Amino acid sequence: MTESMPKIKIMKGATPDLSAATYQIFDESHTIGNALRWMLMKNPKVEFCGYSVPHPSENLIQLRIQMYDELSSLTALLDALGNLDSLCETVDDAYRTSLASGDYERWAEKS
Amino acid sequence: MSNPTLINGFDTRRHVGVHAEQVSHVSSTDYPGHYPGEDNSWDLDAFKKRLNLKVQRLSNRSVAFDLVGVDASIANAFRRILIAEVPTVTVERVYVWDNTSVVVDEVLAQRIGLIPLNVDPSFMDMKESPSDQATDRNTLVFRLRVACTRNKNAPKGSTNPNELYINSDVLSSHLEWVPQGEQMTVMASNPPAPTNPNIVLAKLRPGQEIDMELHAIKGVGKDHAKFCPVATASYRLLPKIVLNPQKPVPPHLAEKFQKCFSPGVIRVDPRTKAITVDEEKARNESMSREVYRHPEFAGCVQLARVRDHFLFNIESEGFYPPERLLPEAIAVMRGKIANIRKVAEALLHDSDGPGDVEMTDT
Repeated sequence: MTESMPKIKIMKGATPDLSAATYQIFDESHTIGNALRWMLMKNPKVEFCGYSVPHPSENLIQLRIQMYDELSSLTALLDALGNLDSLCETVDDAYRTSLASGDYERWAEKS
Repeated sequence: MSNPTLINGFDTRRHVGVHAEQVSHVSSTDYPGHYPGEDNSWDLDAFKKRLNLKVQRLSNRSVAFDLVGVDASIANAFRRILIAEVPTVTVERVYVWDNTSVVVDEVLAQRIGLIPLNVDPSFMDMKESPSDQATDRNTLVFRLRVACTRNKNAPKGSTNPNELYINSDVLSSHLEWVPQGEQMTVMASNPPAPTNPNIVLAKLRPGQEIDMELHAIKGVGKDHAKFCPVATASYRLLPKIVLNPQKPVPPHLAEKFQKCFSPGVIRVDPRTKAITVDEEKARNESMSREVYRHPEFAGCVQLARVRDHFLFNIESEGFYPPERLLPEAIAVMRGKIANIRKVAEALLHDSDGPGDVEMTDT
């Protein structure tokens, strides 16, 4: 495909203050789309958030964010990304702690 | 569709109802604005308190763990990344010098691609595009040279090809690593080879011969399933059996009731015939819904699943030890997040400047 496709594109029709905008994120799928949608919906200032994969053979998602009080959806997106990262970090730490505790059943599996 | 009647103890917020012919309360409702007077917005400290991750079983091939307190979208993201986006190294290009076996070139190449290799992907770079120059940083070279001959010392009267011929089977152990550039020093401690030496790739008879050069690269499962680091990566929700305190199971039917569930899930008091659920073994319940087939148990019990309690099972195949897979998946996820974040931040700084953000047509 084209070499210098931007990772994120704000689609036509967004309000000038970005309080309502659709972001096209390239090379992403349901993996990030659904997780990001969930985290954005956890933000009380988000009026609406939804995502779609417009076509299975186009490797991109479209993320729609509408905000209350004319707030910027881009800031909300950045907050959500930050929160999602700290969530991942927490899960990672919890997993490592559990693994290090050794408090689980060990068994041998034939391969 | 009207919701079926629910019994006490079924928590519509936490449980997914499993009924005879339908499911109920499927979607999570923990969003701000869903319940009047409740916050439900993202709170890291509350999440940390709620999160419970416990490894249950670990073997040399698989790991099972409980992930409690996350939304399905997060659990699903980890599962999807494990299958499609954790990188591994496998053979991608096959140069055939000679192949007189009965297996045609393209079929043999396909089989070779599926061999799991013991290479740590962190030692290698990903090729940006298929046309990228092969270097010692992004490509491993293997040679596969096998020729079949008669075994002169074969026992008389034998019909076993393994005795009659030498190299009658082409095995994954025949792959011979050819170090390139600095690879000899970097990978000497753990020379690249198939994880399983006994995979039959083709069968040969005297006079037949295979001579190939194999180039292995780093890739991800979404490009080709051969790059997938797991055999399976799946989760299910914890089964929950809610007994109705208002309508206990009649004592003379206690054993029949017990048999409607998987072994060990339901306990019957030998004296009083009172029924209890073994919460430890509830995870073994197959959710067959057999109990709903018997009218005498109607209203006694409600089957459910706990919406935020994920029972993960991951089987490793290839390089990664099973316990390393989830951390790798989380690292990939965080990499993706960091990547989007960087671009979004640049977008924000652009929009701070004079004039509006540029909006482009699609």
